[in-house]
Amino acid sequence: MTAVPDIEFRAVTKRYGAVTAVSGIDLAIPPSAFVALLGPSGCGKTTCLRMIGGFEQPSEGQVLIRGRDMAGTPPYRRPVNMVFQQYALFPHLDVEDNISYGLRQARPRLSSREISLKAGEALAMVQLAGYGRRKIHELSGGQQQRVALARALVNKPAVLLLDEPLAALDKKLRTDMQIELQNLQREIGITFVLVTHDQEEALSMSDFVCVMNGGRVVQLGQPSEIYDEPADLFVADFVGKTNLLSGKVAAFSGDLVDVALADGTVISARKRVPLSRGEAVSVSLRPESLSLAALGGGSLKGVVRNRIFLGSTAEYAIEVPGIGSLLAKADHLIGQGNLFKPGEPVAIGFAAGAPLAFPVANNSGTNQREDQHVEILS
Amino acid sequence: MRAFVVAVFGFLYLPIALVVLFSFNAGQHASEFTGFSVQWYGKALSNPFLVEALKNSLFIATTSALLAAVCGTGAALGLQRVGARTRALFDALLGAAIVVPGVVIGISTLVALVQLFAVLNPFLASLWPTDQPPRLALGYGSIIAAHGLFSMALVTMIVGTRLGSLDRNLVEASSDLYATPLTTFRSIVLPQIMPAVIAGFLLAFTFSFDDFIIAFFVAGAQTTLPIYVFASIRRGVTPEINAIATIVLAASVLLVLLAQWLLGRRKPSP
Repeated sequence: MTAVPDIEFRAVTKRYGAVTAVSGIDLAIPPSAFVALLGPSGCGKTTCLRMIGGFEQPSEGQVLIRGRDMAGTPPYRRPVNMVFQQYALFPHLDVEDNISYGLRQARPRLSSREISLKAGEALAMVQLAGYGRRKIHELSGGQQQRVALARALVNKPAVLLLDEPLAALDKKLRTDMQIELQNLQREIGITFVLVTHDQEEALSMSDFVCVMNGGRVVQLGQPSEIYDEPADLFVADFVGKTNLLSGKVAAFSGDLVDVALADGTVISARKRVPLSRGEAVSVSLRPESLSLAALGGGSLKGVVRNRIFLGSTAEYAIEVPGIGSLLAKADHLIGQGNLFKPGEPVAIGFAAGAPLAFPVANNSGTNQREDQHVEILS
Repeated sequence: MRAFVVAVFGFLYLPIALVVLFSFNAGQHASEFTGFSVQWYGKALSNPFLVEALKNSLFIATTSALLAAVCGTGAALGLQRVGARTRALFDALLGAAIVVPGVVIGISTLVALVQLFAVLNPFLASLWPTDQPPRLALGYGSIIAAHGLFSMALVTMIVGTRLGSLDRNLVEASSDLYATPLTTFRSIVLPQIMPAVIAGFLLAFTFSFDDFIIAFFVAGAQTTLPIYVFASIRRGVTPEINAIATIVLAASVLLVLLAQWLLGRRKPSP
């Protein structure tokens, strides 16, 4: 299927003087998707969002919205709306005037009845019915967030842009808003593009995650793909918690490689890119893929240093001689007594497919993907 | 130390307090208080020369303050869009303009205007079809121009500060919500900086209304209130002068307080 993507980047580069913020990005965002641009600060994700909104112009390449090249189109002529990080609500206008601001710019003009009707609907949508005449400074942070959402969505944009919208909220409110945003996106059915540095937020809310680093798209895929099949060491480390064990490629067996770890243990790992014998690699092992047992089997042996009991799960810091400290996560089964105590020796096991080996030489792993067009149209 | 502070404030405010007190004096002389009366206020306001000077001052202050408010705001908006170095240079020049002594501004404005008229008047005459061409001369116009020019620096600084604290996101949000740059200016920027513009206007008005030095140089045949007061003092300080001074003082304090209040009100939200 080749639907016109809502947003398309074609070889987009953005430079600020000598600094390259975004470097040669190709990206297509399909209609009606919830997409997260995820990366550490300075990775270019906000610049990408601002280029969609029209607040920045690409130095090279094109940004297309629904197939139309947006070069030279100012923000006020683009069919997108943005929820700003600090909401940017107009302090001298009340809630309803903030929400109807975009509607009032429509030409031909909408009747004032129509405007107040739509504003009322938008308020109800974000569960703030009856708050229309409140002043902005009378609202809590969460309420301001909802007003900012309503102010953008009331215009029925082709794409809603969200710039770290939940960063200013406390944890409880943030979780509520995550669910609410997901529901809103499904109800309205327009594309949401969310910029975030919070990998948990990206994984939990979006249909697609676009991981960025150093001005490039490192990986784009569904949250489970990103987590289970990270494209490189950066993604493996940035998304979710993981243990990174350094070693050298000792042998190949089919699709798998045998990696000799620092202490001489050889483990079998999957690989994402071709590796050569003797190459230095880093093996990623997710904490939850480790299984702990009282001494016996298992390829790695260590001693429990700390136990962090979290109710449904317990996390262990385990000291493995010659390798270092590993993080393991185990489900807590009530009544099974499977909790280990600090100081207890344990054997660490893992499923055959769990370890993933990455070359360490190129630090971000983007080189071999440089000319690869990232496409998530399904 | 405390006595020293008391002395300083005493020197500062005691004469002013005395002026106010003696404006209510029933007697003829400024040296002895003989009873309470408002007769000098009545006398002052029935003096046609004084009323004329007051009207002139009000007209000049209003016009020059309006001029300064409009041009100063425009300058502040323009300075937002220039590079950081140009900006720093202009900020320094604005600061300098404000601290230049009134005498210097007065003389330089006078010299500049006289030179300008010397060039422009023959030029105007050559263009004019009749025998009596209009002649540019010192008067209302030159006072308004001189005051407006000085106050413009003041307004530019005040409005510039406000613009600096204006959240850029608000402008972007407005633009994102389909508002053209003109609409954004009208509905977002202007309401946010309006208190500063009004405060600038009030300070400009106060400055012009009180100014003697610059006006004295460029007034030509016109008389403003401070010039009238200065002239009549040569005939001795009468309670009438005290009454005028008190009126000017009250009006000035009121306007400055109003300006302070406007500037101190809730800043544009972060």
